[in-house]
Amino acid sequence: MSSREAFLEGVRKALGRKSGQPVPAPPSPLLSIPAITPAALITMFQQRLEALGGVFHLVATQEQACRQVETIVGNGPAVASNNGVLVKAGITSLAGVQSGFLEEAALREACTNAAFGITGADYAMAETGTLVLFSSPAEARLISLLPPVHIALVAASRLLTGIDELAAIAPNPAGLGSSMVLITGPSRSADIEMILVRGVHGPRAIHVIVLEEESRIP
Amino acid sequence: MSPEQRDGIRQAVGNPKLQLALYSATARLLEKRLEAVSSRQLPSYQQLREQAHQLKRHTLDHLDHYIVEFESNVIAHGGKVVFAQNGEEAADFVLGLAHAKGASLIVKSKSMTTEEIRLNERLEHHKLAVVETDLGEYIIQLAGERPFHIIAPAVHKTRQDIAGIFQKELGVARDEDPEHQAMIARKTLREKFLTAGIGISGANFLVADSGAVVLVENEGNIRLCTTAPRVHVAVAGIEKLIPRAQDLAVFLKLLGRSATGQPLTAYTSFLSGPRRLGEVDGPDEFYVVLLDNGRTRLLADPDKRQSLYCIRCGACLNVCPVYRKIGGHNYPWAYSGPIGAIITPQYLGVTKDPWLPFASSLCGACAEVCPVKIDIPKILLDLRKEVIERSPGFSTSAEKSAFRLYAWLMKRPKLYALAAAAGRRLARLPFAGKVGPAAKWARERELPVPAAKSFRQLWRERPPRTNQ
Repeated sequence: MSSREAFLEGVRKALGRKSGQPVPAPPSPLLSIPAITPAALITMFQQRLEALGGVFHLVATQEQACRQVETIVGNGPAVASNNGVLVKAGITSLAGVQSGFLEEAALREACTNAAFGITGADYAMAETGTLVLFSSPAEARLISLLPPVHIALVAASRLLTGIDELAAIAPNPAGLGSSMVLITGPSRSADIEMILVRGVHGPRAIHVIVLEEESRIP
Repeated sequence: MSPEQRDGIRQAVGNPKLQLALYSATARLLEKRLEAVSSRQLPSYQQLREQAHQLKRHTLDHLDHYIVEFESNVIAHGGKVVFAQNGEEAADFVLGLAHAKGASLIVKSKSMTTEEIRLNERLEHHKLAVVETDLGEYIIQLAGERPFHIIAPAVHKTRQDIAGIFQKELGVARDEDPEHQAMIARKTLREKFLTAGIGISGANFLVADSGAVVLVENEGNIRLCTTAPRVHVAVAGIEKLIPRAQDLAVFLKLLGRSATGQPLTAYTSFLSGPRRLGEVDGPDEFYVVLLDNGRTRLLADPDKRQSLYCIRCGACLNVCPVYRKIGGHNYPWAYSGPIGAIITPQYLGVTKDPWLPFASSLCGACAEVCPVKIDIPKILLDLRKEVIERSPGFSTSAEKSAFRLYAWLMKRPKLYALAAAAGRRLARLPFAGKVGPAAKWARERELPVPAAKSFRQLWRERPPRTNQ
């Protein structure tokens, strides 16, 4: 018997079950999605993000989003993901912003030296002030992780109420990328005398730019 | 209890600095938890607890099915599942992998499961460098200790202690500012993340329908461990399985709130395999080591199987009057507090540390805060029964006689009243608590002064009931 079979047999024996014995359906998922107006969602997201120490920006156009990023990063150095939204808004062409990485070693090197990492976000969750990022060729994982400041651009239409709505919209996150990460505020630790310290391993600051102009976001 | 264990407990209880740190940290976590699960913040809290309990129950009752489903989904996404009966097999797998990849440095995120199997020790024995990357765990590793609390491993260290540890172990200038200390760790560990060949994590949840490992954290070290090295290995007990990704909505709402009072921790990673085609970063290889190490023994007992429902939030530690006095290091195994008191005897055998299920006042606070509704006091009682049956010398004949006498008295109300009155008088004498069996008990405690009037007396004197 292989170690796998022996292992599974041990589990079955403990449970008094036979191989392939049918399983009743698990309890139905428990999801409840409150009805909240889009304007209230934005306000709620802002409040929760700011309570965590994040910085909230609301812009009406892509041009404004680009100006906002420029104000934050100055001359950089910054790394932007390959997300089409950032390209279209002109963020990837800003001075001091590097983008278009297709190879990991170069991306890693740039992220290690960057002061800012700029990404899109697939969704944001208002109840907890959370960003939802799926990894993809357009969104590398290290950009929201290595630089000390993370800037994310998200369309207002991608604002969800909370994790229940995310679970309803994306019931199978594994189908969308090798990694889904929920980012709720800056990196933090209270491991020393329960004193809050930001930016222990991940970014110490997070800026979220919510773009209200929906029609031009794919 | 061994003399060393007794000494350890005396030292903890007699150390005012430790008592203050322990009391204030647990009180703070409790306070934040209470607010986060309040009806104002989370009106569906009780419904969520019940759902979490039912989901865990369903999964563990049919665990063979979910292990197979999980495995097939991991494989579908290009990962691999490794089955380990015990810590040795888990370590052997990692050793073989490190050898094959030529990896000499391993970065690790905090994992109670790897503490349980002493994975670091086993790997270091074979000349691998294993670096803990959670700030608290890193401090503990440098100090050569084991975690004091499931979620706050270095809660017993002051900033002065840490300044000394960093100065000695890292050769940096002494600095007592927690923020600076965190930045020292960030800088030192950043280099390790970027050069390590393998990243090892635990798992908070294993999602059967996705083949995914879910990890929650606040610092970002888990994201780094699972993203930067070429190889990611997650080591997890089989009890971490849940059926569907959608069920995370329930468990994540409970876990962060119960642990630290956070609706969601800073990072929740849902990892389903190595990097996909076209993805720029992420590991090339993804392994999940599924560990038994005694878990099937717990599964085989339908009454105590619920001990495996635990999601390791640590709320039962914070609320436990015993943990809050003796701290984490005085529990004999990796798991401390009420959950440690019920799982340790079941994993290691009830005769190994027979005193453990008795180190509880059965106040029930642990069951009240448990987000997955494990009936810890009931399991403690079952384990006490097992200890008495299987550890013949554990209960002394004097103790047995005392209980027999008590049972005999309880059946004779008049005699009982007389004995109770005598007891009340005795307990008020100046030498009470200084002689006899009470002296041993009172050495670390204050002997409570009995109430002036007994319950029966109060009952007789109560005002007559008026019908309205």
